[in-house]
Amino acid sequence: MTDALSHLPRAGDGAALKAGFTDLHPPLTQRQAIIESQRCLYCYDAPCIEACPSDIDIPRFIREISEDNINGAAQTILEQNILGGSCARVCPTEILCEQSCVRNHDAECQPVLIGLLQRHAIDHMHFDGHPFHRAADTGKHIAVVGAGPAGLSCGHRLAMHGHRVTILEAEAKPGGLNEYGIAKYKLVDDYAQREIAFLLKIGGIEIRHGQRLGDNLTLDALQRDYDAVFLGLGLAASRQLGLIGENAPGLMPATEYIKTLRQASDLGSLPLARRCVVIGAGNTAIDMAMQMVRLGADEVTLVYRRDAEAMSATGHEQAIAKANGVRIVTWAQPKQVLIGDDGRVSGMRFARTETRDGTLVATGETLDIPADAVFKAIGQAFADDGLSDDRASRIARDGGKIHIDDSFRTSLAGVYAGGDCVVPGQDLTVQAVQHGKLAAQAIHQDIMAQQEVA
Amino acid sequence: MTATAKRPDVDLSIEFAGIKAPNPFWLASAPPTDKAYNVERAFEAGWGGVVWKTLGEDPAAVNVSSRYSAHFGKNREVLGFNNIELITDRSLEINLREITEVKQRWPDRALIVSLMVPCVEESWKAILPLVEATGANGIELNLGCPHGMPERGMGAAVGQNPDLIEQVTRWCKTYSSLPVIVKLTPNITDIRVPARAALRGGADAVSLINTINSITSLDLDNMVAKPTVGTQSTHGGYCGAAVKPIAMNMVAEIARDPETAELPICGIGGISHWRDAAEFVALGAGAVQVCTAAMLHGFRIVDEMQDGLARWMAEKGYRSLSEFSGKAVRNTTDWKYLDMNFQTIAHIDQDKCIECGRCYIACEDTSHQSIAKLVDASGTRRYEVIEEECVGCNLCQITCPVQDCITMVPQPSDKPYMSWNEDPRNPFRETA
Ligand SMILES: Cc1cc2nc3c(=O)[nH]c(=O)nc-3n(C[C@H](O)[C@H](O)[C@H](O)COP(=O)(O)OP(=O)(O)OC[C@H]3O[C@@H](n4cnc5c(N)ncnc54)[C@H](O)[C@@H]3O)c2cc1C
Ligand SMILES: Cc1cc2nc3c(=O)[nH]c(=O)nc-3n(C[C@H](O)[C@H](O)[C@H](O)COP(=O)(O)O)c2cc1C
Ligand code: SF4
Ligand code: SF4
Ligand code: SF4
Repeated sequence: MTDALSHLPRAGDGAALKAGFTDLHPPLTQRQAIIESQRCLYCYDAPCIEACPSDIDIPRFIREISEDNINGAAQTILEQNILGGSCARVCPTEILCEQSCVRNHDAECQPVLIGLLQRHAIDHMHFDGHPFHRAADTGKHIAVVGAGPAGLSCGHRLAMHGHRVTILEAEAKPGGLNEYGIAKYKLVDDYAQREIAFLLKIGGIEIRHGQRLGDNLTLDALQRDYDAVFLGLGLAASRQLGLIGENAPGLMPATEYIKTLRQASDLGSLPLARRCVVIGAGNTAIDMAMQMVRLGADEVTLVYRRDAEAMSATGHEQAIAKANGVRIVTWAQPKQVLIGDDGRVSGMRFARTETRDGTLVATGETLDIPADAVFKAIGQAFADDGLSDDRASRIARDGGKIHIDDSFRTSLAGVYAGGDCVVPGQDLTVQAVQHGKLAAQAIHQDIMAQQEVA
Repeated sequence: MTATAKRPDVDLSIEFAGIKAPNPFWLASAPPTDKAYNVERAFEAGWGGVVWKTLGEDPAAVNVSSRYSAHFGKNREVLGFNNIELITDRSLEINLREITEVKQRWPDRALIVSLMVPCVEESWKAILPLVEATGANGIELNLGCPHGMPERGMGAAVGQNPDLIEQVTRWCKTYSSLPVIVKLTPNITDIRVPARAALRGGADAVSLINTINSITSLDLDNMVAKPTVGTQSTHGGYCGAAVKPIAMNMVAEIARDPETAELPICGIGGISHWRDAAEFVALGAGAVQVCTAAMLHGFRIVDEMQDGLARWMAEKGYRSLSEFSGKAVRNTTDWKYLDMNFQTIAHIDQDKCIECGRCYIACEDTSHQSIAKLVDASGTRRYEVIEEECVGCNLCQITCPVQDCITMVPQPSDKPYMSWNEDPRNPFRETA
């Protein structure tokens, strides 16, 4: 995956690097969790619940922690969010639940650490078997395409309703971006796989790997063989800069590097650019920059065409990046890939920008940043090839993404979609889980209603 | 010369039932006052007096192992404390010798000796001169120990029988010239009855409360209460912060009983900081005793207690304890004398409100549906009191997590004071 960087030196001593990829926020100790749980005011109609995309009853689970009922707390979380363990680690809580916590009020000291408490509950649960029942078999069989958070959540909820589920996944491992995309220091070791193993314990879910819609799988066949189809395809394509030299050695999408990094058994074997540039302003850009620092890069510069406020990465994440030595350059947009005599990337030329009457324009000045590698992290896009067969190509789209109605139905009857590949909501793990769950409810209702009619 | 901070210019010294002390903070008869070693440390720390751990006849009592348990708050704060210890488990002779020595070394402190011997005249007649010989400043009769000792006809077994209280008090007044403080048990229905009995017996003062019968918690795995002695448990005596409200009511009952109004009261029960002490004093106590708070934090707490009390007194312009002792008694009355025309209403300070919704759900579910929840277009919530519905119960103010966010505002009224006796709604009204 990192062929574009094969000319670079290796990162070095893998064992030493490991330390940089442990938990960004260490878990709470038992005592810290109890103290923190006491800070929750058990609000009524709590604003934090409204802010959680997956509707977790936060005051309830925190009260359960404080009452020494860890399994109760875990169940409260998992009832709404079966991937509550990974969400507790990857959610940008500073713009979600914790932002809405009433203890943010001026007169208070800081929000309740909801994410860390959620993690505490899930890390310490100890169920005898799986905490959810599978309803009696309905005889229905649903195909879920994509084993990312959306697909897994959908599959689990469908299984709870008694449907059989087959998840068809292109990659060799399940988890989607939980396995291949999230920064390594947020979701460490094999947590994604352990969580999926737990999820699958409900039974009735089969995952088949190497199954790619638009390649060795058609929507036609799926609709023929299954009672309904859920598409949780994510955003597999990386946006392009649209510049000459975009394929030169030394330039590659950040997501691909992260994917390799997350799978590497020896971090020391990864190619390492001493000086690198990351282009973008979202979490992916920040994650990439932070991970390069941790791998040992000397200079990491993140470049964005507007100001820091406009960056989609939260202020909290920007601050962490800066504290880790990432240089953030704003008001500069990519203009030219600088290529050295050896045909490899030697840096990037940026056009200085400003806003005039609300639109972004180049000032005429340029800025060259020398680099051994350039990573683009300017956003993910829906990969059209997934919906390329005759039937799939008829699915209505919304600015590239899949169009759905309020019940997660696509324009094709019997086909549903959710997660990053649809328009509503933010592209976040927790949002994908919510979509999967709600889509499963919708599928369940629709097919059970059909059955009654029939 | 060492630098010294400025201290408030108030006089904390007291004279209680003829006993002088440099401050009103005394240690109650309990483990903190068990022996010379503890008492010396307590005096060094600044305690104004101690009531020595209860003495009995030889052979000394024998204690079991595993003795205390607690009622914990969620964060392991001790709300209430429970013990199944008996009176001193050291010989009378050793105790008397130590009392004599300590008193000699600390002439300015109050040293009171707590006593519990069988309810026969001979026993009291025998022990009282021995105690007097130590130079102690007074005696306290432990008629309240609720566990163990009553099974042997002592402690609460005496304190629950007014005739015996009177009898024992009289023996003490007969065979000793020391001031006699009768320590009352709260394990009765009307505290005024034993207080009156003590007065009749000639008591110089009463002290209260001793501990309350209790089972604090269970070991649900082994189905046995705590503290667990082997496989069993027994009820103990409850004290600590949780008992303060019960103790204060009993103090007030005695203070406002015309029969005992002049009887000095030493307040005991859950006193943990200066404010607790000030409250007891305002309800009529002339001195206070502390046990659990010292057991949990050590003797050093007396520093903060003295300092806090002195500063508060200075702020209020009280130069000595007597200036505010009993000041809240006259405002403590029977329900039937409360003003039926008084009306208070909750008021929410919107700037302080953090929008937690607790006041709303409390009032909505369990009180008078007098708080409205308003949500504006941006999703901001606002909680408002529906004044016409508010009965002034204080529930919202109590559940609100923010200090001074909800205040109860007395409503101006042109109606005169009217007691229930005068209220036309009272079917049993006494008409003149
Ligand atoms: C680098 C990076 C970092 C991120 N960090 C965070 C973070 O810190 N916090 C956060 O909340 N969110 C983060 N996100 C976003 C989050 O990962 C996604 O919102 C979430 O994974 C979406 O879940 P999904 O199931 O919709 O899609 P995905 O996780 O992308 O899963 C889609 C699955 O479908 C499979 N698939 C795709 N096409 C096909 C096909 N044609 N046939 C069969 N299978 C197919 C894929 O292999 C994959 O397994 C990050 C995203 C990226 C890219
Ligand atoms: C461990 C323990 C032992 C006690 N022993 C005695 C005693 O021997 N004699 C006595 O009069 N009261 C005894 N008490 C009661 C205390 O003196 C005091 O009345 C009671 O604890 C209430 O005060 P507090 O809330 O400050 O603890 C004992 C209390 C405790 C906790
Ligand atoms: S808003 Fe904060 S305090 Fe209120 S319930 Fe949620 S976590 Fe607890
Ligand atoms: S406090 Fe602990 S160590 Fe000390 S006597 Fe009691 S049980 Fe033993
Ligand atoms: S309880 Fe207090 S802080 Fe909470 S909503 Fe009511 S007034 Fe506001």
